[in-house]
Order: sequence, then C-alpha cells, then structure tokens
Amino acid sequence: MFGLNDNCSIDQDQEYLTLEDYQGRVSRWCAGCGDNGILGATQRLCRDEQLPREKTVFVSGIGCAARFPHYMNTYGFHGLHGRALPIAQGIKMRRPDLHVFVNMGDGDCCSIGTAHWIHALRANMDLVVMLHDNGIYGLTKNQASPTTPTGLKTNTTPRGTMLRALNPLTVTLGVTNASFVAQVGEWIPDLLFEVLKQAFHHKGLSFVRILQRCPHFTPELYNALLTNPDNIVLLTHEKGMQIGETTAKIYKRQEHHDPSDLNRARELAEMSDRVPMGILYRNEEIGRYNEISRSGILPTWERRAEVLESAFDRFGIQASAAE
Amino acid sequence: MKEQTVRVAANSKQIIQAEEHIIEIVSDSGEGAQTAGQMFGTISAKAGNSVWTVEIIPAEIEPPPRTAPGASGNRIRIGSFEITNAGDDAKLVVAFNEQALMGGMSAGKFESGCIVLLESMWGKHPNPAIAREYAATMEKLKQTDYRIYEVPMEAECLKVVQDARRGKNMFVVGMLCNIYSRDLAYAYKEIENKFKAKKPAMIKPNIDLLDAGYRWAEENLDFRFEIPPCPQQGAQLVANGNTSLALGVIASGMEVCAMYPITPATSASHYLSQALYEAGGVVHQAEDEIAACGFAIGASYAGKTAVTITSGPGMALKTELMALSVMAEIPLVLVNVQRGGPSTGLPTKVEQGDLLSAIFGSPGDNPKVVMAPATIEDCFYCMITARKIAETFRTLVVVLSDANLATGQAAFPRPVPQKEWDAPPIDQSPVPKGALPYDWDPKTGLSKRFIPGQPGGMHTLTGLAHTRASGVAYDPEANQEGCVNRSLKLAAFQKTLKAPKVFGDPAGDLLIVGWGSTKGAIEEAVTRARKGGLKVSALHLTYLQPMASGIKEIMQQFKQVMTVEINYSDDPAHELIDENNRRYANLAWLLRARYLIDIDCWSNVYGQPIKPGEIEQMIRDRLSARKTH
Ligand SMILES: Cc1ncc(C[n+]2csc(CCOP(=O)(O)OP(=O)(O)O)c2C)c(N)n1
Ligand SMILES: [Mg+2]
Repeated sequence: MFGLNDNCSIDQDQEYLTLEDYQGRVSRWCAGCGDNGILGATQRLCRDEQLPREKTVFVSGIGCAARFPHYMNTYGFHGLHGRALPIAQGIKMRRPDLHVFVNMGDGDCCSIGTAHWIHALRANMDLVVMLHDNGIYGLTKNQASPTTPTGLKTNTTPRGTMLRALNPLTVTLGVTNASFVAQVGEWIPDLLFEVLKQAFHHKGLSFVRILQRCPHFTPELYNALLTNPDNIVLLTHEKGMQIGETTAKIYKRQEHHDPSDLNRARELAEMSDRVPMGILYRNEEIGRYNEISRSGILPTWERRAEVLESAFDRFGIQASAAE
Repeated sequence: MKEQTVRVAANSKQIIQAEEHIIEIVSDSGEGAQTAGQMFGTISAKAGNSVWTVEIIPAEIEPPPRTAPGASGNRIRIGSFEITNAGDDAKLVVAFNEQALMGGMSAGKFESGCIVLLESMWGKHPNPAIAREYAATMEKLKQTDYRIYEVPMEAECLKVVQDARRGKNMFVVGMLCNIYSRDLAYAYKEIENKFKAKKPAMIKPNIDLLDAGYRWAEENLDFRFEIPPCPQQGAQLVANGNTSLALGVIASGMEVCAMYPITPATSASHYLSQALYEAGGVVHQAEDEIAACGFAIGASYAGKTAVTITSGPGMALKTELMALSVMAEIPLVLVNVQRGGPSTGLPTKVEQGDLLSAIFGSPGDNPKVVMAPATIEDCFYCMITARKIAETFRTLVVVLSDANLATGQAAFPRPVPQKEWDAPPIDQSPVPKGALPYDWDPKTGLSKRFIPGQPGGMHTLTGLAHTRASGVAYDPEANQEGCVNRSLKLAAFQKTLKAPKVFGDPAGDLLIVGWGSTKGAIEEAVTRARKGGLKVSALHLTYLQPMASGIKEIMQQFKQVMTVEINYSDDPAHELIDENNRRYANLAWLLRARYLIDIDCWSNVYGQPIKPGEIEQMIRDRLSARKTH
C-alpha cells in the first residue's frame, strides 16, 4: 500500500524521515525521568508530520528539561534560565518558515521567566510551548519551585513550603490573548502525543502544561493520579480531542468540554479535587503578533534606500539664498 | 571671541559682527521653547551658519510651572566656523519667566554681559506672590552685569492672537530673526513645512506672530548681530544623534530593533517605529530589557542581525544575555545611549559612565567589540560598521552613544546610500558533511555559523561551555579552548584597526585622550590653547575594545597624557585621596592598565556636556603649573 499511490508518496529526492532521524545526542536524563516520555512523544510528532529538521528549532532555558534540544536532531537553542520565550519569539518573528518549539521547566517558566510567559501568551506568536512541570528545581538539586505543593520539604524549605502552589493553568487562562491551553501527564503517551499534535496544528501560541515526574525529588508528586485514574477528568469534544478506546477505558471520568468555552475552562483549571487533562481552551481567531506586526513591505535594499532618501529630504538643508 | 560693531543703522541700532553666538531659550514645559530653538537652529543653518542645538529637558512631563528645575528649552550655538559642540556660556537668553532664567543663571551658564530678553508680564501679575518673585529677581539681576531687556511678549502676542501661551514661541523666533539679521523668508518656509500637512489653518497666525516678534525687536532693541555664514559644501542633513543612529540602523540592513523605553535612548526607537516599518522591518517593544535583548538575539540567531537600543540601567539588565551572545557567538548590536549616574541616576543628563560596565559588566570572560561615535554624523555610520563587525566576527558589538549626542542637533553632509551597506541575505545553503558549528580557525578563532534552515547544519547552540560540535562540554579542555578562540577573534579584529590620528602636533607637553561625544569640545579647547602657544594635542578613540595598535607610541611622544571624560573620578587634591585609593575615570583605567603609562584624568559628573572653555582653562592651569616646577 505505501508508495503505490503517486499522490501520497513523498518527493523522490526527499527521504522519509524515521524516528531515529529526529534523535539527537543520547539523553543524560535520569532513568525514570518524565522528560524521556516527552522527548519520545515529540519525536513521534516530528516524524508523523515529517517536519524538515533544518526548519525546526527547539528553544529552551536552563534546567533538566532545558536539555531537551540537545536530544533532538534539529536546530536547537539552549539559552538562559528563564529566557527561552523572548528568544523563541525573536526567532519566529522574521522566520515564519521555521517551526519553533519551546521547552521550559517550572522554574524557567513560572519563576524567573514569569514576565516573559505572560507577555508571550499575549503576543500569541505561532509557538508550541511545553511546560515540563515536575514541581521542583531538578537541575540545581531539590529547591522549591512556584509549583511545589504546600508542605513539601526541599533543600530550601526544610520545614516544608509555606505558600500554596501557583496554578499555571489558571494563570495562563487569565492572560489576554491566550489561545491554546492544554494539560496532560507525561505517563500517558497516547494522550501526550495527541495533545502535542493538536498544539502543533494550532495557529498561535499553544501552551501545554505537562505533569512530569522527577524520579529523584518528586517521584510521588502525581501518585494520586497514577494510582487512581478517576482523579483525572478527560476532556473530550468533537472540536477538541477524540480519545482512543483503550484510553477511554482507563480514564472513565470524562467531560464533554467545548474548548471555545473559556468560562468552563477556567472552572476546570480551578478544580481542587480533580485534574483536567486534554484541551481546556482553544481560539484560532486571535491575532498573531508576528503576522499583525508586519507592514507587508518587502525589506529590500531598494526600499530601504527609498526610505532613507525621503528622510534625508525631510531633514535635509541646502545652505541657500531664501526663496 | 571678538565682537565688533561694524556700523550703526539709521535708527541708531548697533550692528555687531561676531564669529559665533550662543543663545538659550527657556520656558515652562509646554510653552514651545524647544520648538522655537529647533526652528531657529534650522533657519540659521539654512542661512549658512554652522549650528549645534541642544535640548534643555526637565525630568518630568509637566513639572511645576515657574521653577528653575522645571525649565525646558534649547541652547543654540551658531557660528561662522564648524561648530562641533554646545560651546561655552550663553551670550543671549530669552526667558518666558524669571524663574526659568534663574535656573540657568545659578548654573553659571550665562556669560558676563549676556543679553537677557525677559517676559515682563509677571511683574504686574494679579497674584501678588508672583509679582513679588518677579521684583525680587529683577533686584538680583541688577547686581549682575547682564543687559536686561524686559519684553511684553504676552501683551504683544495678544495683539495678534487670542491665546498667547500657544504662540509666544513664534514671537520669539521672530525676535531672534531680527536680532540675528535673518531673512524672514527662511522662517516663513519653516512654518509652512511644519503645519502644511496637518494643520494648514495654523500657518497664518504663526506667521503673524513671527512678524510681530520681528517688528518688536526692530523697533525696540538697540542692537543687531551678524554672524557671517560658514563655508559649506553640498547638501547637508540636520538631525540629532538618535535620529542619525536610527537612520543608520535602516542603512545597515538591520530589520529588527528590540527595545524597552528608557531615556535618553527612546527617541531613536520612536523614529524607527515608523521608519523601519516602512522599510519592511519592525521595532519590537518588549516587556523589559532582558526580553528585548533575548528577542534581538533570537532574530540574529535566525539570520537577521538585530539591534537592541537602551541606556545604562537597561544594559545592566541585559548583561546576562550579552554574555550569551558572546559565548554562543551570535552577532548582535547593542546601543547604549548613556545617561547620568549610578542606579536611575540622571535620566536626561549627559554622562559617559558605562564604558567599564560595557567591557567588564557580564559574568566571566567577555571579549566583545566596544565602540563609540564621536559626532552626530558618526552615529549614522557606526551602525553600518557595527552590523558588519558583528556578522564578520560572530560577535557582540556595543555602541556607546550618550545624551549629549542623542539630544544635540547639528548638520552633516547628506549620506549617499550605498548598496554595500546592506546586510547579506540569510544563508540557506546546505552545510557540507562533517562541518562543525564552532570549527574555530586556530589562527583567528573565527568559525562559520550555521543558521536555521541550512540543511545539514542542525546543532543545538548553548550558553554552556561547548565543544566544536556545540555539545555541552564535560571535559576541562573545552572551556579553555572556547575562551581562547573567542579572545583570538578580538585580536584578529584588532589587526584590522588603524591607529587614530593625533589632532595637533605628534609630540608635545600634553596629550588629551578622549572618547565619544567629547571630541568636539576637546578639539576646540586644544585649538584655542595651541593658538595661545601651548604644546597640547588630542587623541580620540573610536574603538575602546579592542584598541588599535600604535596608541602607546603616540602617547610616548608627550610629556603628560591625560583623559578628559564625563564620568566620575576622585579629586587627587582631596586629603583622603592618594595613589592607593584614587579611582580614575573610565578610559584612564583602561589606558593605565594596558600601557603602563602614568595617565592622569580630568572628569566630572555634573550631567552637562564639558565646555571647551573649561577644558582650555584646565590645560592652561596644568601646563603653567608644570612650568613653575
Ligand atoms: C540566572 C540564573 N539563576 C539561577 C540559575 C540556576 N538554575 C539552573 S536551572 C534552575 C532551576 C531549574 O528548575 P526548573 O526550571 O524547574 O527545571 P528542571 O531542572 O526542574 O527541569 C536554576 C535555579 C541559572 N542557571 N541562572
Ligand atoms: Mg522543574
């Protein structure tokens, strides 16, 4: 069946890219680290979409999660702690031909990079943003992050954290122009893949919070969800995600949620006894900064020279007799 | 400077010729003194004078009226020779109220015998407190040797228009046109240009006000000046340093400017916000300076070398990203239009205090290029050069301008756009098999970068110590190797630099070394001192890092070498200060460290451009002190 239909086949000179083709360096994440699952799902997405590797850029900050780009065989930008989003925006701004992904830890996104998180949502540029939320600072070895649950003892909170955890979903859903908000656990590969796929196809910034286990410091963080799937509410909808039979069998608690319903999305994000998974919100009508900021004028040298000459005319003087 | 009465007109007016004049116009904010100053500057330039204008800007948008710190306005220096700086004390002041006048007076900005044209309405003000203030000021003024002329500006304007507050500035331009013997046709043209597009109905009342001012001066003043034109060649452009720099950005082929508003840098981005857009580019106002710098780095990495424009506090925020650009070898142009002070400091005032932080401000070893435009014309061309250096050497280029250039306005030869200024298209050619993203040339440290979109060039750039393949380095060798190569690049660039030219004789008693916007004032001071027989020369550095070869040899030809800068240094005369603790001015530190020469410095942080007269005096004091040894 493959290769028989001319219309479906790929160009002769363009090889079909396999999973291996998207694999970069060998991962140095710990055994059991949830980041491995996120990497696998992302490589599968790239393969299924046959993303040209040279046209794909993974941008990250600093942290365990931020090692992500090294493990992809695409272009990557492993920048500074907290600064992935401005850099990703700068990349996308004049290069609409590039597929830009962003990988951040919870410290990266929700602490040091908070301002960028809010403003990148508002700018709504075409980016796929993954928040690897392990509720801890992994790389620097076990300090509390904004998403660490109350009472957890870490190296900087030996008596347990005092503040309630920040909820990345409610924050995101509260930001003007947020256009795609989803949540998923890294231990549910099919769901993770499906969410990432939808995020990839969304026009605008897609924000995906991925609940991620750190085998060293927060291995039990999501135990309640792992041991009892009923603590998870799967969001399904014709306009949202459709769920395979097996997944549906395990996650019986489901809600028929229209992702265009922002109020309900906010309620779901706010729930304290259950955790929503799937697409909470999607809106393709929101303008994308990289597109709406364009003048439509081609930046050619001729054009620049014209702009310069007319400015020179305006500021120009020629010492002369008065007319 | 010699003034000379050349004739006496029929109405017994003295007609005085002078080589140059400095005029200050001060008012409350919003009364249009700045517009008047700019307009008179342009008129004078068109009439053939060399002109330098500087804005006098209060720190607040609406400062309290009738106060010294609230004064807003313009200083205009016009001359028959090439004017390169704001000059010394003012010879003629127009004040819209006496408090604004007192501000400049207590700052010692007016010359002995200065002509003062003061709005007289306040003396009869219905509010007795104001009338008293005015009377008190008049008393003080009587003790000076200023020539005071009380001008009923408000009353005269009300004869022509209904709201005098909005039009007084045109009346003032009219007066100045008469005082400086300007042909009114230039002024009419300026008014027409200003209003014809948006408010054509305003042309007539403004011309009426202008005429009224001209007439009043003709009938009531007993003097008039003539400043003969300065020989000029060809077409000129009148712009301030920030506009010039913005035009340079467009000329350089850069398409992305990322910024966060900060005085005195913002006006460059204001200008670009429209002009760059029209050229097909974009100005991105980010959520903070960190984001602005990150955005610019992202755009540069993706193949469009970008510029980020800021001032000192903003550069402080960018330091971590500046180091990333150095470490990952992403070309980037960063402009710092310096302002005064540590911390928030003096936002609208002049200082050159960020040289050391530009060079050393980031963590770790940070070889980067640091250059400084010295003139408003330089502001234009240095952007083209900076973009080229950044790309050729895969490096960060920091351009240090300052408030003196940013708000100073002068004419320079109109540039002729050259296609070779343009940035090359983004390289999307396939990368040869086996090529590495940091394949450092052992001789120059240079390597060719891979840009997203280039097939076969896939790699992950990182700010961590990395190998030639851009992998995170785990062996101790790699960090040393990376540092060596990034530093070698700077050395390779240094080899392309030519030694700067000495202004004056190549040997003598004193060499003054400067950088940035002080060039005009230093050279004017040196010229005057040399005319007085002193053996003094000047050297001006455009490249502060790296510095060209040959500078040491130049310095060795002089008995004394010192820098003149607008940044802080300790006064060696203070009883606590000695060679163990004396802190030098920015450039003096650098020169002492590199050349092992006992280089002195003279600097201050009053937030003002240094006057040529002050430098001249300092030179005289120093050289005469030496003689008496
Ligand atoms: C400016 C700066 N501050 C602090 C650090 C140290 N640092 C590196 S990663 C990190 C936190 C990592 O936590 P997170 O973002 O949640 O990522 P994880 O390692 O958990 O994946 C910190 C504090 C740094 N690299 N840079
Ligand atoms: Mg974390």
